Amino acid sequence: MIEIENVRKSFGQLEVLKGINLTVQKGEVLTIIGGSGSGKSTLLTCINGLETIDAGRIVVDGTDVHAKATDLNKLRRKLGIVFQQFNAFPHLTVLENVMLAPVKVLGQSKAEAEAMAVKQLTHVGLGDKLSVYPSRMSGGQQQRMAIARALAMSPAYMLFDEVTSALDPQLVGEVLDTLRMLASEGMTMICVTHEMKFAREVSDRVAFFHKGVMAEIAPPEQLFGAPKDPELQTFLAATH
Amino acid sequence: MFSYNFHWNQAFKALPQMLDGALVTLQIALLSMAIGLAVALALTLFRLSENRVLSGFATVWVEIARNTPALFQIYMAHFGLGSFGIHLSPYTALLVGIAFNNAGYLAENFRGALKAIPETQTRAGRSLGMTPLMAFRYIVMPQMLRIAFLPATNQMVWAILMTSLGVTVGMNTDLAGVTQALNAVSFRTFEFFALAAVIYYLIAKAVTLAARLAATRMFRY
Repeated sequence: MIEIENVRKSFGQLEVLKGINLTVQKGEVLTIIGGSGSGKSTLLTCINGLETIDAGRIVVDGTDVHAKATDLNKLRRKLGIVFQQFNAFPHLTVLENVMLAPVKVLGQSKAEAEAMAVKQLTHVGLGDKLSVYPSRMSGGQQQRMAIARALAMSPAYMLFDEVTSALDPQLVGEVLDTLRMLASEGMTMICVTHEMKFAREVSDRVAFFHKGVMAEIAPPEQLFGAPKDPELQTFLAATH
Repeated sequence: MFSYNFHWNQAFKALPQMLDGALVTLQIALLSMAIGLAVALALTLFRLSENRVLSGFATVWVEIARNTPALFQIYMAHFGLGSFGIHLSPYTALLVGIAFNNAGYLAENFRGALKAIPETQTRAGRSLGMTPLMAFRYIVMPQMLRIAFLPATNQMVWAILMTSLGVTVGMNTDLAGVTQALNAVSFRTFEFFALAAVIYYLIAKAVTLAARLAATRMFRY
């Protein structure tokens, strides 16, 4: 369970998170929508401790992420994150990209890590690209590799930060299909996205962020069908 | 008007001695590069660290190495350290001086290469649970070394040529030292030094070509 309690975060003068309260249950798929600068991506990077917070608490399975005593490197093993930029490691093949952290961080044997990597890469449809370097792949393939790389650590939660925003339109579908598959397998996911159709289909709940505030949170049929918040109404009207 | 008679025979007869000297030259250059690379990596980490003593130390090293003559650096290793009671042989002093110089230039080289690697690479590594050092070691450093590789071969060539400064601290077994000694007994200055120059040229060229070849084999991405 991820518990977010009254989290505040500023970059200089700009307060990007103004007291966020949110709980994500095991097995839940939560999507976060909202305009740029609404704080939704920042929240994700706060959850895995890549960013610090100014006030409040984020607790993952009982561990306070931002407590001094917390071993963030250890905590991050259970929080997979995939970014807008694919961040493929260009000097490693696809297989090596996925094997690196399990071998170096988890101390798995090469054979063990390779078996896992092949399994995850096959799962995301890249079973035939094992020895290819990322530069030889499309953005969609690189992004699916990044997903497999995060999954190879056997995380309990997956955080997706606008993972289709840097893709050509015709490549968005293959990545969304991968996310749909994960959701249907029961993976706990928080997805920051601009893909409204996707959010409507896969989410248990959808949260709308506006100017650092979570303005509305509801199951998709309710949030998209009968939005209450006026900003959300404007936002949805603009994205249709 | 032109009264110098060339005596190439004497020079060619001394060729085996000079080639032995060339081996010493190559040895010093390679060792100084190995040491220089290791120190440059350490200096790069120091400069990235938040510790101001370490980053200050690295900055001072790079500044001195790059902005003072290599000759002074070798002098300092021999006579400078000597006045503090640390007596290095000409060979060691030459090696230390060049390694010092290499480390400074290579560290600067690495810094430039680092700028070409997006911060998001480290972020991606950290979010997979890597420590900062692991992310550097397995993700950033390999890319940095690749970017810096061909510029670093320039430094290797420079290291080969710098060995000739060893004569100023009494080095007499490397190519320049051997040539100098031969010149001292024969006074065939032009012949000996022309031949030595050709040997330096060939070593430098061979190193450059070998590095290019190695680069195409090593970096397949």
